[in-house]
Amino acid sequence: MMQEIPLTHILFVSTALFFIGMYGLFTRRNLITMLMSIELMLNSVNINFVAFNKYLFPDNLEGLFFTLFIITIAAAEAAVAIAIIINLYRSHHSIDVEDATEMKY
Amino acid sequence: MSNYLYILWIPLLPLVTFVLLGLFGRKYLSGIAGLLGTASLFTSTILSFVAAKQYFFEDGKVNGVFQKIVALKYTWLEFSPNLSIDLGIIVDPISVMMLVVVTSVSLMVHVFSLGYMKGEERFATYYAFLSLFTFSMLGLILSSNIFQVYMFWELVGVSSFLLISYYFNKPSAVAASKKAFIVTRFADLGFLIGILILGYYGGSMDIGLLIERFTSSSSTQFISITSASFLGASMLTWGLTLIFVGGAGKSAMFPLHIWLPDAMEGPTPVSALIHAATMVVAGVYLVARMFPVFSMSEAALNIVTYVGAASALFAAIIACTQTDIKRVLAYSTMSQIGYMMFALGISKNGGEGGLGYMASLFHLFTHAFFKSLLFLGAGAVIHMVHSNEMKDMGGLRKLMPVTHIAFLIACLAIAGIPPFAGFFSKEEILTAAFHENKIIYGIALFTAALTSYYMFRLYFNIFWSKETTISHHGEGPWVMKLPLIILAACAVGVGFVPFSQFVTADGKPLVTHIDWVFSIAPVVLSVLAILLAARFYKNENDKSDKVVAGFGGLYTAAYKKFYVDEVYLFITKKIIFPFIGQPIAWADKNMVDGFMQLLATITAKIALLIKGLQSGKVQNYALFFFGGVVALSILFIYIWK
Amino acid sequence: MNISSILFYAISALILGAGVLAVTSVKIFRAAIWLLFSLIGIAALYFWMQVEFIAAIQIVVYVGGIVVLIIFSIFLTQNSGKEMNSPTMGKKIFSAMAALFGIAFVGNLIAQYEGFAYPSAKPFDPNVAEIGTQMLSTTSHGFILPFEVVSMLLLAAMVGCIVIAMRPKNDTENISLNNNETK
Repeated sequence: MMQEIPLTHILFVSTALFFIGMYGLFTRRNLITMLMSIELMLNSVNINFVAFNKYLFPDNLEGLFFTLFIITIAAAEAAVAIAIIINLYRSHHSIDVEDATEMKY
Repeated sequence: MSNYLYILWIPLLPLVTFVLLGLFGRKYLSGIAGLLGTASLFTSTILSFVAAKQYFFEDGKVNGVFQKIVALKYTWLEFSPNLSIDLGIIVDPISVMMLVVVTSVSLMVHVFSLGYMKGEERFATYYAFLSLFTFSMLGLILSSNIFQVYMFWELVGVSSFLLISYYFNKPSAVAASKKAFIVTRFADLGFLIGILILGYYGGSMDIGLLIERFTSSSSTQFISITSASFLGASMLTWGLTLIFVGGAGKSAMFPLHIWLPDAMEGPTPVSALIHAATMVVAGVYLVARMFPVFSMSEAALNIVTYVGAASALFAAIIACTQTDIKRVLAYSTMSQIGYMMFALGISKNGGEGGLGYMASLFHLFTHAFFKSLLFLGAGAVIHMVHSNEMKDMGGLRKLMPVTHIAFLIACLAIAGIPPFAGFFSKEEILTAAFHENKIIYGIALFTAALTSYYMFRLYFNIFWSKETTISHHGEGPWVMKLPLIILAACAVGVGFVPFSQFVTADGKPLVTHIDWVFSIAPVVLSVLAILLAARFYKNENDKSDKVVAGFGGLYTAAYKKFYVDEVYLFITKKIIFPFIGQPIAWADKNMVDGFMQLLATITAKIALLIKGLQSGKVQNYALFFFGGVVALSILFIYIWK
Repeated sequence: MNISSILFYAISALILGAGVLAVTSVKIFRAAIWLLFSLIGIAALYFWMQVEFIAAIQIVVYVGGIVVLIIFSIFLTQNSGKEMNSPTMGKKIFSAMAALFGIAFVGNLIAQYEGFAYPSAKPFDPNVAEIGTQMLSTTSHGFILPFEVVSMLLLAAMVGCIVIAMRPKNDTENISLNNNETK
């Protein structure tokens, strides 16, 4: 049913999603929204893995496994990141990344 | 041959004492520090006498010649198969003789200090320093390698520095110790360069090997060192002269003598040990040790001769005018060492001509005893009157009978009155001088008369002159009297030692005989000088002042020590500081430091420029990261395909 | 252009549109909701690619877990209706240019392979049993080791969250909120 869509189109979508996430990472000042941007980037990678697996190596399952592990690790990463953010909020009363610039020259 | 290994213990025992007392002395051993030091040195002394007996009377002589025995050799620093610095122990007539002298005098000083230094707060430290000094001196004597000599030489310098500045809360003592250290250190620079010259051309640092190579006029080393020349003198002369400069520094030869009188700031027993019997004769010992090489260079020997003679006369004249009794003794020491030096200088290597060498070391031997006796006696006097100045003394003969007699014996000995020790050794020196060089003989004779004069000036001023105002009796405890008695006995007796049988330039016994007719002149001169001194100083009168007025300028000049110190000060402060020191300081401040600061400034500027990158803003870091990834992607995808 | 293609482009539009809104919205809560839509769109894409298991995981973990966690933390730290500080215009423009450049650059690379890979003739039909077997298998294509490592990682992350977020003893409210979510 999906023979008409070449792999490259899916790759275009994931690339666009990745750079949208990157744009967010660069422009957002709120740490939580930066974290969201990172989630978007991770998801774009996941799309790539699944698409490559499906289109090029239908006999194997490695792409799926990578996706699974990335999701797992992303969950752990989000939890730790939010713990850090909350801690930062406690000490700075702000989660603006511009307010947390102590680690400089 | 190697049954001399026990000699190793002679220097090691004082070292062990030094470590023990230095580490634990003040806290745990302060009560027994003196006894510990004395006991260990006593053992060393016994061992020295055993070694002397074994060497001189049992197995030192092979076919009528005393052998140089290397009792221990340990290769320490090996630079190349040919050049290494070894540590070794050499046993030969002079080293054994010096062992006996140093340990006995040091033992006497240790015993004397038990009384003299009693109650000092840093008593244990004092004994630690004494032990360190004795160790260094013994090591110096036993060194078989010229570099080893140099190391112990410096150690001697350090321990002498420590001892002179023992009263470190006294500014003059601190200044004196600095002066002694700097002046001798300056001279040691010459010594080091001399060592390097000899080592470079000789291809070895070993004394025996050096002597062997430089005394055979056909060896390649000898030819290379004599054919190389610098400023018109051969490298052999240069090397030997520089070594002699080192020796002159330690032995207080003119013009490097300025530290010796000031060094009298140290405790008096220290002066007796260092500045009478041991350290100051290190220079003589060094020249004697290298004498076979010296004898190959006429010029170097001439320098030794004239410097020695000049020092002898110069110091004797100054000694006549000084009023500080220790300073008189210091100048007297300098004068006597001058004697030894010129006796070495006029000597030849072996045979009949080697009389000077033997006489020099004989004088070293006897001088060690009577000079340390004089210093210890002076110490006893100072201990009693608490002053170094002659004017505070006088009429002490009844209060201090033992000291009086001992001091008199020592004065007679140094004046060369028979049958005291100094007579014999001085006769040998005068005889040698008479045969070799008449000018030197004249100087020596005049100096001998001066010596008698100033020694008896000292003697009469202390023990006769005016009536004493001090009422309390007592010469101190027996530990102070005993060394005086022993040394007085030595001052009488050691002259009869048949020294020429044992210590000569080539190891063969030398037949000497006292020429009584020849002896008339010096003895009569001495006696006349003594009578003159007695006339001036035996009773309080103003005869001497009139004579002083007669001499006028000469007296003032001598009293001011011929302004040598002032000349040094002038040279350093008026010439070296403004013309050399300050330009160098300027160059250092502005050029060297300026260059470094330029580097620092450039670094700081660059750091200021790029530190903005470390903004602490995590998004900027992400941007840089992205930029880097893009750059690398372009690089790898389009450029390095 | 059949229904499948239309579906793909619609899903893609949803993903990218929601993504753009998620990174540009000025209100943080709205941004979180747009992220939610974007993630749902990705799950839909997985469904479209007939990897239902991954799609289910995507919904369970991302939509049900991470986004909820993010929303909770927004409630904890932010006044959610307030507009966020906006970045400077220069930074926005620069970032936008960087992102567009990146899209163009990578898109150019991908475009070189235009049309090269359509789905192969073989069917791709991973069932859950197969995934589970291979996940816990010790053979050459087994993933037991990464599985164990990830389990350790999760444990470490859980402990780490507790330690990092633990309040000082005198201030004990809300202590275990995010830790519960991790589990």
